[in-house]
Amino acid sequence: MNRRTIRRARSNIMVGLMIGAVIVAVLPLLFILGSLILRGASSLSVAFFTRMPVPAGETGGGVLHAIVGTLLIVGVAALMGVPIGMGAGLHAAEYPGSKLSWTARFVADVMNGTPSIVVGVFAYTLVVAPQKHYSAFAGSLALAVLMVPMIMRSTEELIKLVPNSLREAALALGYARWRTSLTIVLRTALPGIVTGSLLAIARVAGETAPLLLTALGNQYFSVDLNGPMETLPHVVYKYATGPYEEWHQFAWAAALVLIMVVLVLSIAARIATRQRFGGARG
Amino acid sequence: MATSVAPTIPDRAARPRSLAGTSRRDQLFRAILTACALAIPILLVMLLVVLVRGADPAIRKFGFHFIVDSVWDPIAGKFGAFPLIVGTLLTSLIALIVAVPLSLGVAIYLTEFAPEIVRKPIAMTIELLAAIPSVVYGLWGVFVLMPILRTAVFPFLRTVLGFLPFFQGVIYGPSVLAASMILAIMIMPFIMSVSREVLLAVPNSQREAALALGATRWEAVRTAIVPYARSGILGAVILGLGRALGETMAVTMLIGNRHEIVASLFAPGYTMAAVIANEFAEAQDRLHFAAMTYVALVLFLVTVLINAAARLMIWRVSRGAGSGGKEL
Repeated sequence: MNRRTIRRARSNIMVGLMIGAVIVAVLPLLFILGSLILRGASSLSVAFFTRMPVPAGETGGGVLHAIVGTLLIVGVAALMGVPIGMGAGLHAAEYPGSKLSWTARFVADVMNGTPSIVVGVFAYTLVVAPQKHYSAFAGSLALAVLMVPMIMRSTEELIKLVPNSLREAALALGYARWRTSLTIVLRTALPGIVTGSLLAIARVAGETAPLLLTALGNQYFSVDLNGPMETLPHVVYKYATGPYEEWHQFAWAAALVLIMVVLVLSIAARIATRQRFGGARG
Repeated sequence: MATSVAPTIPDRAARPRSLAGTSRRDQLFRAILTACALAIPILLVMLLVVLVRGADPAIRKFGFHFIVDSVWDPIAGKFGAFPLIVGTLLTSLIALIVAVPLSLGVAIYLTEFAPEIVRKPIAMTIELLAAIPSVVYGLWGVFVLMPILRTAVFPFLRTVLGFLPFFQGVIYGPSVLAASMILAIMIMPFIMSVSREVLLAVPNSQREAALALGATRWEAVRTAIVPYARSGILGAVILGLGRALGETMAVTMLIGNRHEIVASLFAPGYTMAAVIANEFAEAQDRLHFAAMTYVALVLFLVTVLINAAARLMIWRVSRGAGSGGKEL
């Protein structure tokens, strides 16, 4: 064998190994989705979405309180987090040279990796400890803190894609800068920004750790933001770590609902973004 | 830039009224955006201040001994985080050892070798793994992965690698190794997608030069592409480490939650994030809360340092490439 054949063979072996890595990497997703559907789907029914849980030992029951709780807590978090994140992202994209936008961008990237449990401790110390009772609002606060850096970065990236000629045209027509930013630049990038925000919302909707220290969970239906409230991720955790077989069944069904919410949000967001800004970009 | 388009008018009084008016609104607009941008660094400082103040009683009582003491006894009021720190580092390290070769293999394959049509679908599938909530990984880990590990994988490891102290002893279900495996699955998408972005930022001239000199495609990857992206890939790995260190729910559900340091990876352990998730709601006295806030503070500082380092490394590559990857 001459050297060239050996080198060719080595190259092919490496490619083979990489294809193996791809297969190993894709397997867990299929495996997880498969388990969720196999074990969770049988417990899903209309009652699961419209009823309250039943005491241990009985079958049936639903997670209405957790679905409403998740929607409320995540909704309030989005009300706080989305405007701040979008404003910061617009700042970073519209005044890219300033020291502040560099700092905000760097800090946002660093905060994107902050463990959610640490943010939970933060919200606990800030809201729950002084009030001396658990509160859903503290949970929203923690989720908003997690959301802001993500939304800022996606907003900035999408605004950077807006062609400068649009901006110049508006300014040349006598538009003021604020009006150019809002009605031309932001308006052009808005569909992408909305989907970026949806992705961030989907990410925090699955968070459990910060809610353990803030919203805690609640056996009963509650819409009181100032008290403990149940959420879907917490239901999964509570029932999965409980001792009863029916509880485990319940946890699988709740996890299936949770993952459907999260995956539908993120797939929809990705497809919508790609259609608008895809094409030539990697 | 847009600023150069606006005409400069030296005398403010000479400006037409409409322009003077809009400039005031411009200032207001910029002030609002600046406030939003300022909110992010302020948030970081607030996090730090709140955690330090919350941990204050524990910091005063234990000082830096907290990091090296091993006793965690809420009833006696003694707290040491050493086993937690060891557990956190150990699980993250094992997760990296498993996840890094896999994710780099996938990233290199997707950017350099894969046919154009499969690139996007594979990348999207793996990135969907990142969208799965931690608690769902935990659920799957407890009821699907752990039985497989306990009945098949761990006994196999014990017979093959049993001469090492890490692979000896009784096989429990919940263990350091089980938690590390679920962590590996969870951090793989992050390392994969960041290193893929870094590899996409490598200029084509690097590839072309290596191939023109007669390198095979693998040799081009090894000698021209990976070395060029090295610091960015290292950044991606460190970013994955940061994720692994702070991961809470799945680890809590799989690690067994015991304050001990045992050589065997089949034995239960504990991590910093897991102890907070487990004990916070049940803690009664002030010192216990302070000790856990201290743990959160240590975790926060470590992850901030790690993420800052990783980001700087990634930026170096994507800046060096000039018109790299995304901003063509």
